[in-house]
Amino acid sequence: MIEAEAVTVRIGRRVLLDDVSFTAQTGAVTGIVGPNGSGKTTLLRALVRAAPVSSGRIVLDGNDLRIRPRRWIARHIAEVGQRSEPDPSLRIVDEVSLGGLAEHGVLRSGLAAFDDRVADALDAVELSHRAFDRLSTLSGGELQRVALARALAHGASHVLLDEPTNHLDIRHRLEIVSLLRRIAPTVVIVLHDLDLAAEVCDHVVVLHRGRVAGAGRPSDVFRPQLLDDVYDVTTHTHPGPDGRARLSFTLPSPHLTPRTKESA
Amino acid sequence: MIAALASAATIAALVAVSIGPVPIAPASVVGIIGDGLFSTGHGDWSDSAQQIVWATRLPRVAMALVAGAVLAVSGAVLQALVRNSLADPYLLGLNSGASTGVALVVLVIGGGSALLFSGAALAGAIGAVLLVLMLAGVANRRGPLRLVLAGLAVGYALNAATSFLVFSSDSPEAARSVLFWLLGSLAAVQPAALAAAAVTAAVGIGILIAIAPMIDALASGDDSARSAGIDPERTRIAVMVGVSAMVGVTVAAVGGVGFIGLVVPHLARRLAGGRHRVVLPISALLGAILLVAADTVARTAFAPQEIPVGVITGIIGAPFLLLLLRTPSSSAHTP
Repeated sequence: MIEAEAVTVRIGRRVLLDDVSFTAQTGAVTGIVGPNGSGKTTLLRALVRAAPVSSGRIVLDGNDLRIRPRRWIARHIAEVGQRSEPDPSLRIVDEVSLGGLAEHGVLRSGLAAFDDRVADALDAVELSHRAFDRLSTLSGGELQRVALARALAHGASHVLLDEPTNHLDIRHRLEIVSLLRRIAPTVVIVLHDLDLAAEVCDHVVVLHRGRVAGAGRPSDVFRPQLLDDVYDVTTHTHPGPDGRARLSFTLPSPHLTPRTKESA
Repeated sequence: MIAALASAATIAALVAVSIGPVPIAPASVVGIIGDGLFSTGHGDWSDSAQQIVWATRLPRVAMALVAGAVLAVSGAVLQALVRNSLADPYLLGLNSGASTGVALVVLVIGGGSALLFSGAALAGAIGAVLLVLMLAGVANRRGPLRLVLAGLAVGYALNAATSFLVFSSDSPEAARSVLFWLLGSLAAVQPAALAAAAVTAAVGIGILIAIAPMIDALASGDDSARSAGIDPERTRIAVMVGVSAMVGVTVAAVGGVGFIGLVVPHLARRLAGGRHRVVLPISALLGAILLVAADTVARTAFAPQEIPVGVITGIIGAPFLLLLLRTPSSSAHTP
């Protein structure tokens, strides 16, 4: 379980996160959503002490992260970044093996590059057959799957993912989504796609200008009024085939006026 | 592959020792070294051959092995740390710092012992890297590209300072010797400088190979390093200061030998992939072989006139680098 308690992140005079509190429960997938620049990535970075927290604290299973060494944090939390740009001359198996670095330590790591956990992780993202290919030969989507495999090989109890489905085609997106619950007991995921968030998350936190605009079950939080305010759009809901509401958006009417005039 | 390269380095060194104005058969070279180290007995070689091997050629070839290994390993590590395939000790201002240190000692103090040169070069290189780190604002978590730009700026400024020192020197003789040394030469290797460089190289390269997975993680980006439990900023500073110490001591002994640190790591990655636990030893061996070969050409091609070895490495290195960068499977990082 990860708890953010009144976390504020300030860089210079800019306040990137303002008094943000939320809890990511064990056994649940917690989604963080919000418009561009609302502080989603900063929040993920603050959770691993990569962003300077000026007040508030992060607590992981009862441990205050401010007093824990970096390696302890790395052993308990794996990260999958938004823009994964690994060393292109590494082979897939080398990059995935780096997942074990925090646990095994520098001196022992790299001696048994292809252990079982790495093999399982590569299986899970369907890249076993290319284990010895260099990263320079992979597409953006495949690199994303390598990043996920590295987090799987990490074996951490908590995983933070920043837009992990960005470069993926429909099939691999569905596969990653199906992996989410296997990847770790506690998952925090930043997503742009609200329908996807509603589908995969047990709990969502909506960020707006660095503050929490809403939090709770997706069906309770994704209300047109809140989304209209946060995203500055007009939200429409439609019943989906499974009975769950689907969302669609249009620009609010003042935005449409100039375009209508132009086209006329 | 490491065993094959180690054998190649040994053979290259033996051949290099045997080549010169007085040719000595490689078998005799082995005998002379064996006799000197383990008293295996005097063979059919002359006393002058023994003198040439121990006093002149062996220290020179040993220095080439050490310097080649240090420059290549430093290049490989720096390329990984700043995630830029064009990084090497030159680009990051380390050579310039070491050169300014030595030029200060020669031209202002008026000379000194080999250990004083090593100390001055070490201080210069570490001073340069600290300046680069300060200017790049690593503490403010800025990206590695800024390190490269700060390195270029510091390098240019220190080169200008060195040129100014040479230009304003009262002693034309000292100025000439600094200019020749700046081009890189193994002609006057002093035992103390060789010993200092060899010990620093052995310790430095050993530590770098031991922490190679950290370098892998840093090469994959700061997030990747952090996720592996490594503090990217602190580790980068510590490793860069260590590498600059190693480069400083080497530059004090051999001057400015370019291109080894830039080209060899590319070749090593081509041969061995990206894991630094393999890339670093292979870079060390390839760098050693390349510098021994280049130095042998430098002292024999226009004998008795000697060319600075930096000129030879430049002639070999530049087209070789272009060739490597043209091929599509280049291991180049994009900054």
